[in-house]
Amino acid sequence: MSVSDNKGAGEADGIEESAQPTTDSHDGAAGKPAGRFAEILALSNDDPKKTVAVALALCLVCSIVVSAAAVLLRPAQQANAELDRRKNVVEVAGLVEGNTVDATAVEALFDSIERRIVDLESGEFTEEVDAASFDQRAAAADPELGVGIAPDADIAGIGRRSRYAEVFLVREGEALQQVVLPVHGLGLWSTLYGFIALEGDLRTISGLKFYDHAETPGLGGEVENVAWRSKWEGKFAFDEEGDLRISVAKGAVPANAPDAAYSVDGLAGATLTSRGVTNLLRYWLDEEGFGPFLAKLGESGTSGS
Amino acid sequence: MDSESKKVVLDPLVDNNPITLQVLGVCSALAVTTTLAASLMMCFALTLVVACSNASISMIRDHVPSSIRIIVQMTIIASLVIVVDQLLKAFAYDTAKQLSVFVGLIITNCIVLGRAEAFAMKNPPGVSFLDGLGNGLGYSAVLIIVGTLRELFGSGTLLGYTILPTVNDGGWYYTNGMMLLPPSAFFIIGLMIWGVRTWKPKQVEKADYRIHEMHRPEAG
Repeated sequence: MSVSDNKGAGEADGIEESAQPTTDSHDGAAGKPAGRFAEILALSNDDPKKTVAVALALCLVCSIVVSAAAVLLRPAQQANAELDRRKNVVEVAGLVEGNTVDATAVEALFDSIERRIVDLESGEFTEEVDAASFDQRAAAADPELGVGIAPDADIAGIGRRSRYAEVFLVREGEALQQVVLPVHGLGLWSTLYGFIALEGDLRTISGLKFYDHAETPGLGGEVENVAWRSKWEGKFAFDEEGDLRISVAKGAVPANAPDAAYSVDGLAGATLTSRGVTNLLRYWLDEEGFGPFLAKLGESGTSGS
Repeated sequence: MDSESKKVVLDPLVDNNPITLQVLGVCSALAVTTTLAASLMMCFALTLVVACSNASISMIRDHVPSSIRIIVQMTIIASLVIVVDQLLKAFAYDTAKQLSVFVGLIITNCIVLGRAEAFAMKNPPGVSFLDGLGNGLGYSAVLIIVGTLRELFGSGTLLGYTILPTVNDGGWYYTNGMMLLPPSAFFIIGLMIWGVRTWKPKQVEKADYRIHEMHRPEAG
């Protein structure tokens, strides 16, 4: 067993240790607890009993190793995921370019953005939940903080939503520059989580970015594609009358199409993901979602707050 | 390190390279080599998995019933891959995101199962570990070369630093867009195999069959 010296990686140790009693008892050094072990190990390799025993033991060891890794590393992973989410807020608002920003820069930029919690039904800012610890995904599942969505209204396919939502307000001086809203909804395989940034007029889209999804890489996964994302900039979510018009087209949008200002080219080979993006935007920007909030924000904006 | 173990580690680098000679693991070599950073991360992940899976499988090799041999190997490999994936997500989140499904697909990488079956099942743990390390490094050598060429000529950068200023950024270098697409890795690996086999003619395989020259019309 001199191998253990050669092994640098800690995660393999679990397997190694478990393998140790087997090997030891095979060498004839079976102690009292290893008695039954030795008995099984002494069986021929072709014995069905041994086959079952080996399979069971292996599964047990492997599952312990895998779950230990998952549990021990979760805090670090969650911190990373949160930082990534913040980075996406900052990015969708166009405050940074490219992927080369480091963690402290992201934190600094994120802190310069005003983060508020909104009561989706009334559209008012609320202090009822603690903004610092508010987790919208957890809130959606919570019986107190979440509400079920009526099936016919649930075009985004999410089942439940939080009664409150976080919004990010980017200001320059007093004037509202952008508002960043979290959106999510069902694509083809997975729920897409992202942010949409609207400009100060609350009509023009200045960015859309999905940060968590499990769509097919190369097809639906192209929602992350920089070139496709840039097609959203300058599109109008609402028309002059305030009707929600934004959609992802099937295929390319001709420049002279009547609703070219409200349509974005569909992703080739990803019709269902594209439709999912349309649906989730239609859900979140409408009455059920951020509609009341955007209306209130528009009023207060024009009244010069 | 005695000469035997040195041979086990160094042999797969050129003489018995898993990609250029055995032509295994090409799928991931095409997919992850658009940038050097992703290639390096993939090399690290794969080397870790092959070495540890080889050692673990070798340790229990005398007690693996042959009827469930492959499943036992796959279970060990899959567990290690999950652990490596979790480690990457905890300590190298951005690169892990970039590698997306390909870390998980190490499970299906022929090199890992190939070494488990061909080497670890027949040899003691120490030398199996070294064999895994050697094969991981052999794979890494190819990936690093391909990743360097693709990132340099595809985006004019190396590890994100600009080497050839591109026209888009006001420089002089017109990027070769094909280098960013998977087929370019095929060409580069093909040329490498050609190069290695010209250098070491021993690696040239005998043709499986030869078309006989016919001097008379074939009967029938």
